[in-house]
Amino acid sequence: MANAKTKAGRELQYREALNEALKEEMRRDDTVFVMGENIGERGGSFKVTVDLIHEFGADRVLDTPLAEASFTGAGVGAAIAGMRPVVEILFIDFTPLIMDQIANQAAKYRFMTGFKGSVPFVLRTQGGSGNGLAAQHSQNLEAWFCHIPGLRVVMPSTPYDAKGLLKSAIRHDGPVIFLEHKLLYQTKGPVPEKEYVVELGKGDIKREGRDVTIIAWSHMVLHALKAADVLAQEGIDAEVVDPRTLSPLDTELILESVRKTEHVVIAQEAVRRGGVGSDIASYIQEQAFDYLDAPIRIVAGHNTPMPFNLHLESVCTPHAEEIVAAAKETVYAEKRASA
Amino acid sequence: MYSKKFLLDLYKTMYTIRVFESECIKLYRQGLIRGYYHPYLGEEAVGTGVCAALGKQDYIVSTHRGHGHCIARGADVKHMVAEVLGKETGYCLGLGGSMHIADITVGNLGANGIVGGGIPLGVGAALASKIRKEDRVVAIFFSDGASNNGVFAESLNLAGAWSLPVVFVLENNHYAVCTPVEKSCKADDLYTIGQGFGIESHMVDGNDVLEVYAAAQEAVAKCRKAKGPVLIEAKTYRHGGHHVNDPGAYMPQDRLEYFKSRDPVTLGKGHAMSIGKATKNDIAKIDKAVQKEMDEAVAFAKESPEMSEERFFELVENY
Repeated sequence: MANAKTKAGRELQYREALNEALKEEMRRDDTVFVMGENIGERGGSFKVTVDLIHEFGADRVLDTPLAEASFTGAGVGAAIAGMRPVVEILFIDFTPLIMDQIANQAAKYRFMTGFKGSVPFVLRTQGGSGNGLAAQHSQNLEAWFCHIPGLRVVMPSTPYDAKGLLKSAIRHDGPVIFLEHKLLYQTKGPVPEKEYVVELGKGDIKREGRDVTIIAWSHMVLHALKAADVLAQEGIDAEVVDPRTLSPLDTELILESVRKTEHVVIAQEAVRRGGVGSDIASYIQEQAFDYLDAPIRIVAGHNTPMPFNLHLESVCTPHAEEIVAAAKETVYAEKRASA
Repeated sequence: MYSKKFLLDLYKTMYTIRVFESECIKLYRQGLIRGYYHPYLGEEAVGTGVCAALGKQDYIVSTHRGHGHCIARGADVKHMVAEVLGKETGYCLGLGGSMHIADITVGNLGANGIVGGGIPLGVGAALASKIRKEDRVVAIFFSDGASNNGVFAESLNLAGAWSLPVVFVLENNHYAVCTPVEKSCKADDLYTIGQGFGIESHMVDGNDVLEVYAAAQEAVAKCRKAKGPVLIEAKTYRHGGHHVNDPGAYMPQDRLEYFKSRDPVTLGKGHAMSIGKATKNDIAKIDKAVQKEMDEAVAFAKESPEMSEERFFELVENY
């Protein structure tokens, strides 16, 4: 567990942890540079790149025109030419504008060059609902990226994971899609002073339990942990598994937990249709069907564009309550069946 | 002012492209090349003239109609034929094919199956050069079709805003597949688009290798002095349809005849003989050597193995 790995002491906000990761990697390797909209003096809209320009200068902290396709493509091209760019796209909702550069260029370059070229490129962006930002600033589009061979897709839920994974992403020799969540930036958590990295493709047990496995990532991990506390009061001991990286997925860790608890709830903020949760569920039923005591439950966003109205936004986004209900259904389904 | 050797080298490059495309079209018709094949026939002078103006350290970014750029940048036709035949001895192990040939070792960052998709990649390579304070210029080849794409406008603007060492080479062959350029853009001359972005822009006869070379040389020199980017529109014309199976019936016969009468390979031969004082014998020697190299390349490619399934799945594991 991430918390257990750190000594009591320093806590950082998620955005501060990301900022520290960028600084450390930029000091470590002068081919690392960042670019995006208003990331220099302004420090980015979510303050992840604060102060970088003062330490590293405008050559390595580039404020771009509002032209996502070209500056993302320029990042990919710079990576092909030997740099390690970290490109920031302000909202994941803007990634449709850059999809050719991600899906057709970055993801395929190494393959198409007969494994001679490489694209050490990181795309940082953020998604998720929760601020009344409406239909074009609230989406969760991780499934799009997971569907494309050649991309790593990372969605950290804690400051500790955010820092360690961003450092690994920058050092990775292929393209990494690094997805943050707008409601996580100001959350706090322990981050050791000592340097560390978190390996891509390795999940983490955020809470150990025996009765039900709740698989969640990004901001939904916070809801899952809340749900686990509620369930504990009812005598249900939930295990919260955070894959942290969605592609490649740490299937070993997931299967190990499922074999232990024999009950599964998958919680994703994204809409359900065509989602990562369904893919994980299909994998579990294929690999661990005999261990399951009840159908896998998926808690997901409602299949709709996000409404601006705050109450309706909340209705469309899953919370701890829905996870609790789903966990109870799967645990009690078995009890009902055996009664 | 141009040496005999230089002019013969230009001719040799153009003739190699001509022979490469002609032989590969035969292989295509025999069913040995699958997928799409977009010949560079008729446009040889553009890639040849531009690449002649580049240094060893420079980069090019190519297009789906990219065999000519590849040859002009110094590729070995053996590995090119092998690639278009899908063989493991190809530049990309047979995984890329005609639309994706790259040879990073000679600064060819690759062709692209997405029209316009390579333009920002080239801008990024130039950005890398600027950040590292290296003396590398990037020549980005793209077409009149790509000039209608949004990413071109963005990339032109970005390269201009950051004064990047990019030579934008707009190969205006007058067709986006079969849609004529006059139906897809209000501007009569596409180079004027660059002027709108405050970028130095020129137009040349894309069938005259020396005209292309002179403009490219000047543009490259400006880029080396941090006075880039520069846009060059090279007006040219395909000698056939969009790809091998497109007869190009929509191309007006008189216009095609006109451009064929200004055939870049013939013009280049003329330059070598009139300016460079090359003899018929010099030309014949080159023609023979090129044909021999190509015949050997075809034989090599035909004999080469395809990648095994085992090797393939080993390579793509965890991709």
